[in-house]
Amino acid sequence: MNNEEVKKLHEPLFHIEKRGGVSKKKAWGIRGIGILVAVVIVSILAAIMLQADPFTFFGKMFEGAFGTTNRIWNMLRDTAILLGFALAIVPAFRMRFWNLGANGQVLMGAFACTVCMFYLYGKIPLGVLVPLMVISSVAAGMLWAAIPAVFKAFFNTNESLFTLMMNYIAESLVTFTITVWVPNGSGSLPPIIPGGLKLFDNAYILPILIIALLTVGMFFYLRISKQGYELTVVGESENTARYIGINVKKVIIRTLAISGAICGLVGFLLSGCMSGTINPQIHSGYGFTAIIVTWLAQFNPLVMAGVAFLVIFVNRGMKSGIKPAFGLTTEAFANIVTGIIFFCVLAFEFFIVYKFKYRSDVEEKMNAFKAKFKKKSAAKVATEATSDGVVASESASEAAEKANGAGDAENGENAAEKATEEVNKEEE
Amino acid sequence: MVVFLTGAIALGVTFLFGCVGEILTEKAGHLNLGIPGIMSVGAMGGCLGVSLYMGALSDPNNASYILLLLIGILSSAFFAGIMGLIYAFLTISMRANQNVTGLILTIFGTGLTEFVMEAKVDRSLLAKASTYFTQSLPFAGKLGWFGEIFLSHGILVYIAIAIAIVAAWLLQKTRIGLSLRAVGENPATADAAGINVTAYKYAFTLIGAAVAGMGGLYYIMDYLKGSWEYGIDSLGWLAIALVIFTLWRPDLSILGSFVFGALYIASYSIMGISFAQMQLLKMLPYVVTVIVLIVTSIVGKKETQPPASLGLSYFREDR
Repeated sequence: MNNEEVKKLHEPLFHIEKRGGVSKKKAWGIRGIGILVAVVIVSILAAIMLQADPFTFFGKMFEGAFGTTNRIWNMLRDTAILLGFALAIVPAFRMRFWNLGANGQVLMGAFACTVCMFYLYGKIPLGVLVPLMVISSVAAGMLWAAIPAVFKAFFNTNESLFTLMMNYIAESLVTFTITVWVPNGSGSLPPIIPGGLKLFDNAYILPILIIALLTVGMFFYLRISKQGYELTVVGESENTARYIGINVKKVIIRTLAISGAICGLVGFLLSGCMSGTINPQIHSGYGFTAIIVTWLAQFNPLVMAGVAFLVIFVNRGMKSGIKPAFGLTTEAFANIVTGIIFFCVLAFEFFIVYKFKYRSDVEEKMNAFKAKFKKKSAAKVATEATSDGVVASESASEAAEKANGAGDAENGENAAEKATEEVNKEEE
Repeated sequence: MVVFLTGAIALGVTFLFGCVGEILTEKAGHLNLGIPGIMSVGAMGGCLGVSLYMGALSDPNNASYILLLLIGILSSAFFAGIMGLIYAFLTISMRANQNVTGLILTIFGTGLTEFVMEAKVDRSLLAKASTYFTQSLPFAGKLGWFGEIFLSHGILVYIAIAIAIVAAWLLQKTRIGLSLRAVGENPATADAAGINVTAYKYAFTLIGAAVAGMGGLYYIMDYLKGSWEYGIDSLGWLAIALVIFTLWRPDLSILGSFVFGALYIASYSIMGISFAQMQLLKMLPYVVTVIVLIVTSIVGKKETQPPASLGLSYFREDR
C-alpha cells in the first residue's frame, strides 16, 4: 500500500475549521439562506398537513398579520412587548449570564404595579399613582433579578437554573395573591383601571414609544458606554476583566439590576398600561422567546427589533391568518412552524462561525468542477455578448479572465492550480 | 396517609423519568431545556403507537399485554429520541447555543404533540390501553399498607426505578460512566485521553431524551389513566428542578422524585386548607430547589456541583 492510499483511508472526507472572520454581508447572506430553507420546509409541511399550496399559505399569513388596522396595531404592540423582554435580557446575555428568568422578573414588575393599583387606585390622584406604579414595578423586577445575581457573584451559583426556578416562584406568588384578592375562586382579577392608561385614546402608543426609546438607549449603552464595555469584557473572560481592574462582582450585580429593572418596566407596561390587571401568564412566555430573539440578533438591539418583528409576524400570521383559514382549533401548527424556522436559522449560524475543509483530493475535484462551471458560464456570456458587438466582447473576455482569476484565488493550493490549467488546455 | 404516599410515588415517577434522562444528558455536558417538549412528544409517541396498534386489531379489547406495552414504550422512546436527535445535531454537530436550542425544542415539541394528538390519535382507545399499563401484581392488595404503597403500581413505575438504578451504577461503577463524566467535566481532556467525545455526547443525549419521553407516556397512561391532558411541559420543568435537587445523582433521584411528588400533591391532599394556601404549597418544590442550589454552591464540594462544562459546546480546535 503506498502513501497515497494510506492517506485516503485515514483522512476523513472533510473536517471543520473556524473561519478567521466573516464579512457582515456574507453573514446575513448565510442567515438569509437559513430562512429560505425554513420557508421551503414549512411550505412542504403545509402542503402535507393542510393540503395548502405555498402561495395561499403565506398569503393567508400576511393577511393574518397585516389584514386590518386592528391587526397592525396588535403586531406593533406584540413586537414592542417582545422587544422589551429582549432588551431586558440582552445586557445579561452579553455578559454570558444566562438569565432565563425574564418571565418571572416581568411578572414581579406587573405584580408590584398591580399591588399599587389595587390598594391606591381612586384614593390618590393618577398623577401620583402612575409614578408610584412605575417605581415599584422597576424595583420589584430589579430585586427579582438581583437575587440570583448576588449568589452568582459571590458563590458562583448556576444562574440559568436559579433564574428558571424564580419564574415559577413568581407565578405561584401571583396566583396566591389573586386568590386572596378574589376569594370567589374564579382566579381572575377584573381590570382595576378599565382599558389601561391611554395616550391619544390608544393604550398601545405609550408602550410602543417607551420601547422604541429603550431600544436606542440600550444600543448606545452597549456600544459606547463604559459599563457596556465592562460587561462585555466580563462576558468574554472573567480573568481578563479581573486583571484589568474591573470589579467583576459589581458588574454582575449591576448588569442584572439593569436587566431586572427593564423587565419590571415591561411588567408595568403589561399590567398598568395595557390590561389594567394581572394574571400569572401575563408574560405569555415571551421571556423564553426573547432569549431566542436576542441570540439570533447577535445581541444588537437594532437587529433585535427586526427579529422580534419577524417572530411576531409568524406568530400573529398563524394565529389570526392560518388558524381560521384552515379551520385549526389550536395553536399547535403555529408552534411547529415557529420551531422549524428557529431550528433552521440556528443551524445556519454554524456556517457563520465554521467552515468545511475538504480532504485535498476532494477539494481538487471540487475546484476542477467549479472552474469548469465558471468557464462555461463565462463562455455563455461571451457568446451572448459577441452578438451585441465589439465593445461587449471586450467585457466578455474580461469576464472570462475573471472566472479564471476567481478560480486561482480560491484554490491557493498547487493541486487546484493544476486543475485550472487542465481546464485551460481543454479550451485550447 | 397510605393513599397520600401511594399518590406521591405515582406522580413522582413522572419526574423520575424526566430527571434521570436529564441527568444522563447533563453528565455529557449538555443542558437540555427541551425536556418539557421531549416529555410531551414522548407521551404523544406512545399514545400514537398504542392507538395505531389497537386500531389495527379487529377487536381492540384483545390486545396482547406484552405487545401493547412494548409498542407503547418503544414508540414513546422512538419519538422522544428523534427530538433528542434534533437537539443533539444542533448542539453537538452544529454547536448551537444549548439554552436557545432547548427552548425552541420545547416550543416545537408542545406544538407537534398537540397537532398529532388532535389529528392522528384515536383518544377513545387510550383509556382501554391504560388498563394494560396500570395492571399491578395480583397479590398487592393482600399485603396491607406495604403492598398498597409499593406494589400496587403499574409496570412503568418499576421500569423507572430500574432505569434509575442502572443509570446510577453506570455512572459510578463502570468505565463508560467514568468516560461520560470526563466528557461532561472537560471534553478536551477526555478527547486527549482517546475518548470519542462526539459519540458519547450523541449517545447519552439520545438515551436521555428517550428515557425522559417515557415519563410523558407514564403520566398519560398510568397516572392519568389514559385521559389526555396538555401541560406535561410544566411537569418537565419540575423534572429539571429535580436534577438540581438530587445533585445529579440518579440513585438519590428515586427518593427525590417521591419527595417532589409528595410536595406537588400535598396541596390537594391536606384537608382543611384554603385555595390560597394550596397555591403557596405549590411553590414549595421550586423554593426547595433554589435553597438546595444555593447551599450546594456555598458549600462548594466538587461532587455536588453541576458538570463543569455544562452548557458549553466543544470544538476540538479551540484553545
